[in-house]
Amino acid sequence: MSGELQQLEKDALAELAAVTTEEQILAVRTKYLGRKGLLTGLLRNIAQVPDAEKPLFGKRCNEVKNSVNCKIEDALKVQLTRKREDLLLKEKIDVTLPGRVVKCGRIHPVIQVRREICAIFASFGFSIVEGPEVELDYYNFEALNIPKDHPARDMQDTFYIEENIVLRTHTSPVQVRIMEKMKPPVRILSPGRVYRPDSDVSHTPMFHQIEGLLVEKGVSFADLKGMLTAFLKKVFGRETTLRFRPSFFPFTEPSAEVDIRCVMCNGRGCRVCGQSGWLEILGSGMVDPAVFQNVGYDPEEYTGFAFGLGLERIAMLKYGISDIRLFFENDIRFLRQF
Amino acid sequence: MLVSIKWLKDYVDIDLTAVELADKLTMAGLEVDEIRNIKPTFSGVVVAKIISVKNHPSADKLSLCEVTDGSQSYPVVCGAKNIKAGDMVPLAKVGATIPGGYIIKSSVLRGEKSAGMLCSEAELEIGDDKSGIMQLPQNLQPGLPLEQALDLDDTVLDVGITPNRADCLSMIGIAREVAALTGKKLKMPVYNVREAAEDIRKTTSIKIIDADLCPRYTVRMIKNVKIGPSPAWMKRRLDAAGLRAINNVVDITNFVMLETGQPLHAFDFRFLEEGRIVVRKSKFNEEFISLDGKSRKLDGDTLLICDGVKPVAIAGIMGGLNSEVKEDTQLILLESAYFNPTSIRRSARKLAMPTDAAFRFERGIDPEGVLIALNRAAQLIAELSGGSVYKNYIDEYPRKVPSAKDIPLRLNRINETIGTAIKGKDIIKILKSIGMNAIDVGKDKYLVTPPTYRVDITREIDLIEEVARLYGYDKVPAKLPTISVTEMVEIPRLALEERIRLLLTGTGYSEVVNYSFITPSSADHLRLEERDKRRCFVHIKNPLVEDQSVMRTTMVYGLLDTLKKNVNNGCSDLSIFEIGRIFLNCGQGKLPEESNMLAGLLSGAVSKDLWGSKVAVDFYDIKGCAENIFLDLKLNNFHYSSVDTQSFLHSGKSCGIYLDNINIGYIGAVHPNVLENMDLKDCAYIFEMNLDILANHLQHGITYKEISKFPAVMRDVAFVVPASIETDYMLKIVLSHNEDLLENVGIFDIYAGSSLPEGEKSLGLRFSYRAWDRTLTDIEVNNIHEKIVRNTVQKTGAKIRGEQLYEVKTEEKK
Repeated sequence: MSGELQQLEKDALAELAAVTTEEQILAVRTKYLGRKGLLTGLLRNIAQVPDAEKPLFGKRCNEVKNSVNCKIEDALKVQLTRKREDLLLKEKIDVTLPGRVVKCGRIHPVIQVRREICAIFASFGFSIVEGPEVELDYYNFEALNIPKDHPARDMQDTFYIEENIVLRTHTSPVQVRIMEKMKPPVRILSPGRVYRPDSDVSHTPMFHQIEGLLVEKGVSFADLKGMLTAFLKKVFGRETTLRFRPSFFPFTEPSAEVDIRCVMCNGRGCRVCGQSGWLEILGSGMVDPAVFQNVGYDPEEYTGFAFGLGLERIAMLKYGISDIRLFFENDIRFLRQF
Repeated sequence: MLVSIKWLKDYVDIDLTAVELADKLTMAGLEVDEIRNIKPTFSGVVVAKIISVKNHPSADKLSLCEVTDGSQSYPVVCGAKNIKAGDMVPLAKVGATIPGGYIIKSSVLRGEKSAGMLCSEAELEIGDDKSGIMQLPQNLQPGLPLEQALDLDDTVLDVGITPNRADCLSMIGIAREVAALTGKKLKMPVYNVREAAEDIRKTTSIKIIDADLCPRYTVRMIKNVKIGPSPAWMKRRLDAAGLRAINNVVDITNFVMLETGQPLHAFDFRFLEEGRIVVRKSKFNEEFISLDGKSRKLDGDTLLICDGVKPVAIAGIMGGLNSEVKEDTQLILLESAYFNPTSIRRSARKLAMPTDAAFRFERGIDPEGVLIALNRAAQLIAELSGGSVYKNYIDEYPRKVPSAKDIPLRLNRINETIGTAIKGKDIIKILKSIGMNAIDVGKDKYLVTPPTYRVDITREIDLIEEVARLYGYDKVPAKLPTISVTEMVEIPRLALEERIRLLLTGTGYSEVVNYSFITPSSADHLRLEERDKRRCFVHIKNPLVEDQSVMRTTMVYGLLDTLKKNVNNGCSDLSIFEIGRIFLNCGQGKLPEESNMLAGLLSGAVSKDLWGSKVAVDFYDIKGCAENIFLDLKLNNFHYSSVDTQSFLHSGKSCGIYLDNINIGYIGAVHPNVLENMDLKDCAYIFEMNLDILANHLQHGITYKEISKFPAVMRDVAFVVPASIETDYMLKIVLSHNEDLLENVGIFDIYAGSSLPEGEKSLGLRFSYRAWDRTLTDIEVNNIHEKIVRNTVQKTGAKIRGEQLYEVKTEEKK
């Protein structure tokens, strides 16, 4: 019997090694291990084995059964893997075809610049405030120390709605409206549309400004320099060189224009900077005591500084745009680039 | 202001290069916009030495010269007699250009070759002498370009003068700044008026009627004047300053104005009736012809200079044609006055005459500089026109022009404002350098009196600015202000805008920015009804163009206009949005109501598959865009109504958007007539909503709702209803049951067609039932479902098309 068993195992393994398909493997299993299989048959005949040999014979039978079964399982696994791989080959696709993108839109470049600047000043503790775009002459000019019939009015051509109502020429009137309503300390930023009758490659009758105002006890021109330096380095990079030079705005004194080294030519002089090597970026200054008086702040107690900049100008420099009118033509081929 | 550096050197020594000087001025607040090099009006003219002069064989008046430029000799035929061998002269070589645009050519004169031209001063516009060839200094090197040899080149700085610095609208003003910045001394022009015997006081008189508008009026008279061209040096200066030379007298008034900042005017005394001057306001509708030949009707507020009978000049702005200096003028009355700045500014603006004189008067001239300029000009006229000045001058000075005196200045205030530690003695030094008189009154306090030409300085802060400016902004340290913690003011709408911006760009819409002003015809283009308040525009009184003359009352026109521009560029598939304001007129004298709006536009087609096949967008695409926003904001209190529609929308494909039953906007297809009006071929879909209202209805906070562990049971029903019945209506009725177990009702099918009667549609609804605490049984669900369906049928008259039953085993069941 034991010889028979050995022969059976040998036969089974030999047969298994010869088959190639899943069906054939399964047939081998049925032949040897099935209910009517050869090994099963041998086991059934255990009665004929002498009692003393029975345990050993039983053990041997099980060993053979397990061994054959294992081999069958392995063969099946191999078959399965091969089948999978065949399937994968069949399913091959052209991965170089474009993906199904969700075509995103773009935020307007000027608004992108606005968001960036607002975020920087938010980190300095500034709140965003707003005011009307159609504004009283009082807030746009008079409260900012620009009386009627004053030559300073020539600095900004104005769209008039009525004698005393204008399209705001800058975002500065917002500072007056806010100061009228709130007590210092004040840290505000007012972004928005402004209007001046002008139209050429570097002027559009509507454009965007951001105005900032800080009023506290003991603020000086040195603070203005520090904060605007920190700001401009964030926008244009750590290496940016800047200069503060005296200027005139009726609502600040002392006033300063802030220039950065031309980003196009690095100061060597080019068309963008008009050969000067410098780019005018923002206007700023210490709030004029007359403005404080107009809003009921005591100029002896509080000082402050204000600054304003044009967003289109920043966007033009950042993106290398030479015609400001492009921002408002809304050509989708332009907008898609930002 | 154009500043010739050569001219500037008359008043201050300058040892800086033009670029260095420009930088110094710029950093002191006088921004140099441009540095221009001025070249003479000739080119190709060199220094030449005469080798020999011979008589022309066949022309008595001509001579034959042999000249050399050092490397080559040239034969030149010349008509002048003042030359001899060894003279240094200007030679215009063949190819040279001389004033008037003449180009020198090689020629043959009476049989003799001439390769160039020897020039006189006048021919080169270097001087006025035309009597003969210009004699050059012997020490010049032959061959040197003449402009280089005679230093005729000049550099002109274009200096932007801010409105406060009226004192810098003159060469002396700029020179004063340069002197202060470089530590050099200011050199004032010296004048010495030699007077004739006749006394002006016996010849004329001044009567000022409106002394408020004319606080000071001074005159001198010059007789035996010979009108002619100005000397070349003066022409060159005027030219460098951008003024055209006219005649010696007029040029001198301009020259002195540029030099001192004091505008002057010269009258031909012949035409002054009664030989006197009266200064008065115009009468209403009084007519006057100014020097420019234009006749103007004046209002009652324009200050006039008159003779005994009629106006002869608009004070401070422009002289009159009737008293103009002419070629045969001999007797001149020269005016130098101080006029009220505001009055001049008003008149100049009203009359649209922004002259150089008005520009200076309205910014404020030096009231104490009036006489200096008068005398300087009188002397120049006498010198350059051969005239003589009458004895004395008349100085009517009825109102003292106030000037600042003893302005208190505190050292600590200076340093606190600037953020510096400048010492008292340095402050005094700075102030003195610009002509301020500072008295130390102890305890670090000073009393400062500015010079009368510094009309901008009246307060302590004005002095602090001067100190900061001259101390140097670059020397002020940069520090960061200490943060004082304050509560941030917040505008909820701004956060909403940001969220919408990200959502819309994330779903394919690009942001546009249109002008806030549009064309008034937009109201007609959009078919706005007569009573629509959006017709009642806020008008701009002085628009640049008619198309930008009213403030928009809706964003729609701008978006359609953007679409049109893009279609013209070949891009008709557009998905865009804009966030901005509209302006609703609130009546005369009132500011308009400004509302913050969001508007979107969709047109063309969207890709259907990867290979570029496209389907046209429709109403539901744009509605989905709007709906996305509400879903993103977790708003569930919105609904749409087809009842109200906009005149510019397709009546069958549009609806109003409601939030808590408040209308916040609309969605729809653009009306075909509007498309036609705008020259658009393809359909466009738009929405517009009011962000202010939306921001007021934001849900604050989210509360998590537990997810049921039990499966839902689905029931599908198809209701057959008249086609006109809206889905929203059906859903409302279905949901009016308030059945807790009904978790959701969705639409799974809409059908109208051959299997249904004409005019009817089938609306397939999928009901989803679920309980919190158990798996629902069929019986339970059937009971509720039948009740709801029966009720819906009852209320709407709908028929049931079929009924299926599903049971969905959810994942959680395992």
